[in-house]
Amino acid sequence: MVKVALIGAGKMGISHLSILGAHPSVEIAGVCDTSKMVIDVLKNYSGYNCYTDYIKMVDETKPDAVIVAVPTKFHFKMVKELLNRNIHVFTEKPFCLNPTESQELTELARQKGVVNQVGYHNKFVGTFKEVKKLVKGGFLGEITHFLGEAYGPVVIKKKSDTWRSDPNEGGGCLMDYASHVIDLINDIVAPINNCKGSILKSIYSKSVDDSVYALVSIESGVSGVISVNWSDETYRKMSTSVTIIGTEGKIVSDANELKVYFRTKNYPEGYSKGWNVKYVTELADEVNFYLRGEEYSSQIDHFIKSVQGQVNNTINTFESAWKTDQSIHLIKEQSLA
Amino acid sequence: MERIIFGDNQFFAVNHISDEKSRAQSIKFKDDAAIIKTLDIAREAGVNTFMCTTHDRIANICNIIRNNPEKYHDFKIYPCMPYAHKYANAVTDLGIAGTLKQYVPGNFLGSMFKGGMAYLSKDYLSIMELLIDAEMKMFNGINTPVIFLQNVITDLLLGLGMTDFLVAFAKYIEKKYNAEAGFITMNLPKLLNELEKGGIKNPIICASINKANFRMSGGKELYEKTISEGRCRLIAMQVLGGGAIPAPEALEYVSNLPNVESILFGASSRQNIENTVQTIKYHDFKKEEQLAIA
Ligand SMILES: NC(=O)c1ccc[n+]([C@@H]2O[C@H](COP(=O)([O-])OP(=O)(O)OC[C@H]3O[C@@H](n4cnc5c(N)ncnc54)[C@H](O)[C@@H]3O)[C@@H](O)[C@H]2O)c1
Repeated sequence: MVKVALIGAGKMGISHLSILGAHPSVEIAGVCDTSKMVIDVLKNYSGYNCYTDYIKMVDETKPDAVIVAVPTKFHFKMVKELLNRNIHVFTEKPFCLNPTESQELTELARQKGVVNQVGYHNKFVGTFKEVKKLVKGGFLGEITHFLGEAYGPVVIKKKSDTWRSDPNEGGGCLMDYASHVIDLINDIVAPINNCKGSILKSIYSKSVDDSVYALVSIESGVSGVISVNWSDETYRKMSTSVTIIGTEGKIVSDANELKVYFRTKNYPEGYSKGWNVKYVTELADEVNFYLRGEEYSSQIDHFIKSVQGQVNNTINTFESAWKTDQSIHLIKEQSLA
Repeated sequence: MERIIFGDNQFFAVNHISDEKSRAQSIKFKDDAAIIKTLDIAREAGVNTFMCTTHDRIANICNIIRNNPEKYHDFKIYPCMPYAHKYANAVTDLGIAGTLKQYVPGNFLGSMFKGGMAYLSKDYLSIMELLIDAEMKMFNGINTPVIFLQNVITDLLLGLGMTDFLVAFAKYIEKKYNAEAGFITMNLPKLLNELEKGGIKNPIICASINKANFRMSGGKELYEKTISEGRCRLIAMQVLGGGAIPAPEALEYVSNLPNVESILFGASSRQNIENTVQTIKYHDFKKEEQLAIA
């Protein structure tokens, strides 16, 4: 059994907790949240050891691993404390408020030799995994251009302030929302390391961006466009998609449906020349417990198995999330230029 | 429960395989009249139970049903609560306490918060009861013999080990609404075990059941074993496996499973609705015939 504790039982944390609770190799060591009500319910109905001070929790319950799901501004401080105690860490995305902090934690985790993972769950989505396989397998030929998009109804009216509306706390569409698709592009194509132009626009929010439009490129010079808007109520929920164009083919994929066009006979097994459509139903991993998408269960399972030494800690490492923080930083800086 | 139940995903652009199809559905069902028209096609095909989320727009549909008592005198609705996006958005906006203040009717919470942090366990169950009442308001005067808890909540509570809430849900639905409680889940074997431990025998459960092993946590074999034991009253949903299996094959599989009392399906066109109903009836008829011969 792996002893796991959770810090932050908000929207994301409670979902992780439920998935952990159902995991056959996990024992919940403790839960920490500053909300008395959340703690009260968890204590009474789940019977977990509950705390309001995370240091006290880890020192008393001595977990093997901790899930950090507090607002982003706390990630750096908390993860650092955990790494210094040689605890394996899964933290929510975005990793840190700036790449300097992410770099420090990446190096610290490497020094300590602990398992480290960040919650970019799209990498566990069946269609996106397949996109990566096709791109890395060279089936699109030479990549010439990419497009990363995400749209959804997060901020659709002028509204009350939460940590999401404070740029200093990791709020805003770029950090909170666009980070997902930037991370996905970084993984499927290569890290975005240049931004030629970007616009961060507020639509309903007072102090943060609600949409992000950026012209970017990767090391090899391949160009791409990032287009993200979290104030689009024509989507029922977040919809993330990538388009990858190569000399030998083209992919258009979201989390449900992968469409790929092969120009020549150089296509992988199970595909054919011309257009192919695959659905996530045939690409998703089977999970032992389903809460809200296979990917959420799979990423936790991957973390636990990494801690147990059953799989290599290679997906969503601190290092990859640090690179994503760098890409985010470039896009932000360019918008101010 | 009727053998065939009509669902509502197509009305609210819930398409598990394609965003494009979702958008087409949003356009098609923009007006309530289009929803009613489709429900009427289902009724003509002999399907008189509509299982639907407590979405705001369902309130309008309920009004139409209430205003046409003769036309809909046989019609039943199985409400599924809550419409989770509503609460999830509110939590993002207002936090958990703020959301409760917004949605729990009356000044119950006010007095509870005044009591400082001295919560009693029982109070949380009472909050749940008030939330159920708020969700049920739109169905006033409509026949709702079975009332469901949505899978996001059922499965969240299941993972958190909060079976008390599931049991309390069932008890309250029975007592207050003189109806049966149902649970939607993506984790049938695990849920059934926990409900039984909580003292609920032969519960109504709606679960993803299909030939493709889609959203059947624990795997198809464990599902088929659990189903064969006949420990619950089952509604099979997602029988097409999110589009992975051709309809004729999918319906043949699920129609022939033992102990599946009802099949839930959704469709937008007259042709698909009529085809589905006829195919299920055909397999049921064949099964009966074989039983009669044997
Ligand atoms: N992967 C995803 O798709 C996804 C989705 C949502 C959020 N997130 C990320 O998860 C993190 C949390 O977001 P959320 O939406 O759950 O926020 P939230 O506000 O719902 O939850 C945060 C929780 O942390 C608690 N908290 C705050 N400070 C604390 C402290 N010092 N000690 C202990 N607990 C504390 C709060 O009481 C609250 O319950 C963020 O980094 C966010 O970017 C990721």
